[in-house]
Amino acid sequence: MFGITMAASGDEFVAPGPNSFDFDAVPLFNLGGLAVTKPMVQLLLGALIVFVFFYAAARRATLVPGRLQFAGESAYGMVRNSVGRDIIGSHDFLRFVPYLVTLFFFILVNNAFASIPGIQFPTFSRASMAYALAGLSWVIYNAVGIKKHGFLGYLKLQSVPSGVSPVMYPLLVPLEFFSNILVRPVTLALRLFANMFAGHLLLILFSTGGLFLIEYGGIGYVAGPLAWVLAIAISFLELLVQFLQAYVFTLLNAMYISGALADEH
Amino acid sequence: MQNLIFLAEGTEPTEGGHAPENPLGFVPVEAALSLVVFGLLFFLIWKFVAPRFEQTFAERTQAIEGGIAAAESKQAEADAKLAELEKQLADARHEAARIREEAREQGAAIIAEMREQAQAESQRIVEHGKTQIEAERQQAVTSLRAEVGALATGLAGRIVGESLEDEARQSRVVDRFLSELEAQNGTSAGSVN
Repeated sequence: MFGITMAASGDEFVAPGPNSFDFDAVPLFNLGGLAVTKPMVQLLLGALIVFVFFYAAARRATLVPGRLQFAGESAYGMVRNSVGRDIIGSHDFLRFVPYLVTLFFFILVNNAFASIPGIQFPTFSRASMAYALAGLSWVIYNAVGIKKHGFLGYLKLQSVPSGVSPVMYPLLVPLEFFSNILVRPVTLALRLFANMFAGHLLLILFSTGGLFLIEYGGIGYVAGPLAWVLAIAISFLELLVQFLQAYVFTLLNAMYISGALADEH
Repeated sequence: MQNLIFLAEGTEPTEGGHAPENPLGFVPVEAALSLVVFGLLFFLIWKFVAPRFEQTFAERTQAIEGGIAAAESKQAEADAKLAELEKQLADARHEAARIREEAREQGAAIIAEMREQAQAESQRIVEHGKTQIEAERQQAVTSLRAEVGALATGLAGRIVGESLEDEARQSRVVDRFLSELEAQNGTSAGSVN
């Protein structure tokens, strides 16, 4: 069951499934006993692309920007202003901008790998990688809140809704705590992971399925190309989803941070 | 390598000796690598990218705001200068009006003075004329008197010098002369003083 390579070969159509995302069996190379898989390389490549782009854009920053600097400033400014400043507020946002920018473009490029020929795999369809970023987000927004309000003050801020009669507290406090502290990292990770996972699965299904149908002959000569047309359509949809998921992940981070910094609910 | 699988139901090995992986399973290596790579990227962005962009933004803002401030100060300067010039213009107008008024007054004064002088002069001339005429008349009267005396004596001499043959005619002449003289004396005495 070596998913990717074997999906469309043989007489029986092997539907793509979770195994299509399992690279442990096909490591690219071994590094001191550690099997280095394709998603791991993609992580590094993604980070490299993001840094090289921004470094080249910012290296000789001038008042009147050149083309590259303008592109870099627009990208940086989009996250800085529409995510950072608008949500966290102009008082505190600046110290979070590097984090938000890194987050957005790191996820965006790694998502975009799903549509780049030769790579064609969304890095964050590996759940563990999404867990890591979601866990980091959880640590950061809670740390920011605790630093500002103190541990108990922060717990009160996140758990005790203001403007509600204390009679309702037994019902609302556990609920608020659950939704603000426990559920957030889970939804954050699963949203990103599941979108990338499902999108990639669909693409494999339509691509390998189309190939299988054409090889099968008969009605497959009509259905196969049709499946490929659908695959192309889904590719475009995926481009949108890739951007959207990176944006949503960053946006929610900013909202959680702003919520942790808020003085009142 | 062995995965840490949280949510998998079973982990029976397949033909390849490789356990089917739960897609939700947690792979520590991958998670750790994600964090490390993300952390590295964050550090690089935080260290090399964000400060430069922020600096550029700040410089740009400052350049624009500086330009606006400079324009505002220029405008204020121009306004002040304009106000000053207008004030100067008003002052000049005021001064001109004042001078005109003064000149008019002076002119009127000069004319009045001149008129007075001319009047005095004319009066003086008239006085002078009168006294001169008087003097001339006096002179004429004295000279006339003398002439009349001479004439009278001349005439008298002539009359006396003639032969007194005709007594009757002689007395007539003298009579006539005397009456004429009397009449002349009477009129001249009446006209002069």
